[in-house]
Amino acid sequence: MTLDEQPRTGGEPSRKGFFTDTSVCIGCKACEVACKEWNAVPEDGLDFTAMSYDNSGGLGADTWRHVAFIEQRQPLGGQETGVGRTTTTVDLGMPLPRPPGADTGPEERGEFRWLMSSDVCKHCTSAACLDVCPTGALFRTEFDTVVVQQDICNGCGYCVPACPYGVIDKREGDGRAWKCTMCYDRLGAGMEPACAKACPTDSIQYGDLDELRQRADARVERLQEAGITSARLYGRDPHDGVDGTGAFFLLLDEPEVYGLPPDPVVTTRDLASMWRHAGVAAAALLAGVALAFAGRRR
Amino acid sequence: MSTSDVTKDGITGARPDRDALTGATRPGRRRRRRGEQLMVPDAEFGSYYGKPVLNQVPWAESDIAGYLFLGGLAGASSGLAAGAHVTGRPALATAMKLTALAAISGSVVALVHDLGRPARFVNMLRVFKPTSPMSVGSWLLAGYGPLAGAAAISDLTGLLPRAGTAATLAAALGGAAVAAYTAPLICDTAVPAWHDGYREMPFVFVGSAAAAAGGAGMLAAPMAQALSARRAAVAGAVLETLALYRMRARMGLAAQTYDRGRAGRLMKAATTLTVAGATGAVLLGGRSRLAAALSGAALLAGSACTRFGVFCAGTASAADPKYTVVPQRARLRARAGDLADREEPADTVRGN
Ligand code: SF4
Ligand code: SF4
Repeated sequence: MTLDEQPRTGGEPSRKGFFTDTSVCIGCKACEVACKEWNAVPEDGLDFTAMSYDNSGGLGADTWRHVAFIEQRQPLGGQETGVGRTTTTVDLGMPLPRPPGADTGPEERGEFRWLMSSDVCKHCTSAACLDVCPTGALFRTEFDTVVVQQDICNGCGYCVPACPYGVIDKREGDGRAWKCTMCYDRLGAGMEPACAKACPTDSIQYGDLDELRQRADARVERLQEAGITSARLYGRDPHDGVDGTGAFFLLLDEPEVYGLPPDPVVTTRDLASMWRHAGVAAAALLAGVALAFAGRRR
Repeated sequence: MSTSDVTKDGITGARPDRDALTGATRPGRRRRRRGEQLMVPDAEFGSYYGKPVLNQVPWAESDIAGYLFLGGLAGASSGLAAGAHVTGRPALATAMKLTALAAISGSVVALVHDLGRPARFVNMLRVFKPTSPMSVGSWLLAGYGPLAGAAAISDLTGLLPRAGTAATLAAALGGAAVAAYTAPLICDTAVPAWHDGYREMPFVFVGSAAAAAGGAGMLAAPMAQALSARRAAVAGAVLETLALYRMRARMGLAAQTYDRGRAGRLMKAATTLTVAGATGAVLLGGRSRLAAALSGAALLAGSACTRFGVFCAGTASAADPKYTVVPQRARLRARAGDLADREEPADTVRGN
């Protein structure tokens, strides 16, 4: 039974999540800043990465929201002026400008699209980090988010290679593991997380996961209808390798283009089989040693 | 309208401006791209500026690969110690008990060093979590360590012989678990070169452990008592080599990391040393004390190289997005059951 199927008893809050709609992200990094400010996340280098306007590189102990920038020689989709306006324009009979490259073909057209996406911990339904944590420092909250208890984490670092998305990491100097908490402290007070609050375009939407999923389904359908055929949801499917994520995304290209794994699977799905194989191997070792002592004494 | 790009490697696609030649045609971007695809079809995959998808394993190689080696050596040594103890080979029994104690002490030191301070190991025993091989392993170590210690001390001092025997036998059981659990420990991660070998890794590790412990026995015990150590060493070496071969054959793309770079060199050294040590053990182990010692040392070194090689292959596979993206993409394609994907233009113009 996955989290989503568990019946909620009275009084328990519903599962909370993020829906990050990258199609309206403008790359302002307000989320990165708000996250750092609210959670007092230390500065981790102000670098020019030569990766477009990205200067935080990727998620880690000190980057809990990361805005990715991808420049592509591709049109965003068919574009028309005046979409959604009620008044129709009047043709004044002026000569219309030809779009650039209309006569020269795609090579000269200089088509360009700029993908931006604010990445975050996925708060997986089946979270590998939580499963492998030996101390119980990582736990699932009443909002079904995944949070590290910093007073319990002993810095073993097991959660780091366990996460299939490369989210959680050990903080230098501190030695403990840190990641997005979905602003656990704010959630408890009935507020939305700092990043969602700060996002000026509502690219980051916070709310009940059920409702967010419905909203996302409608949004992706609308984008598809508008000709943006590359629009797709990522992490929305409750039957994927991590049984769906609490923070899911609307992407305009394949996940790997944004640095996301295309088909992540929680590693503990195979753990029972791992233990079985290890058990057989241990038995084989004992049997082998016993055999080594069998027979004639020497 | 400019079609040039500013990339990490400078400006690409810029117009030739004043260097333009009359009548010269610019090489078509599209044609070049298509050619590249044909030449290296398997290397084409999307990524975010070539950055890894996973965060790198935060463990120090010397600590954790050393821990894997020493834990295996200790565990299998306890097995040999029990066999020697029960069948009346006192010199071999003592040598193996001391090896086990020294190795497990060393492995705990390596573990604590990686954690930073000893109090952090105590935190491991806050809870017992079967979903965390590290939690299971911590409890195994907490049980096995004192048993291995008791077995060695009773043997050395002659005190409490019955309790010593009981500890020796219990340590053999615990030791087998310690030698095997380290495979799930590293395989229960998203690291492709580890996770994708989870079926064979336990056999690689117990084989490597038996080879190391047998090697230690050949090194430390008189030849007259070391026959069983030689047998264990050779059997372990064979198991390790076969399991490694099978693991690399079945793993898929991530198997490459076991052939390349530092991991490749370590794995090659491991195979050479293990095969040489095992051959020496078979041919000369019972004849020459020196040859037995040398073969034993080669087996120990081979086992250490295997552990360091496996560790390095793991970090190499985590550092390259290829090993994460390509197999997952292939899995998706296989699931979708159609190759039409490849024809889509959105698929060929990916990322950066
Ligand atoms: S994305 Fe990674 S860190 Fe976040 S809950 Fe999932 S496994 Fe844990
Ligand atoms: S580093 Fe901390 S949170 Fe991560 S697995 Fe270890 S104890 Fe748990």
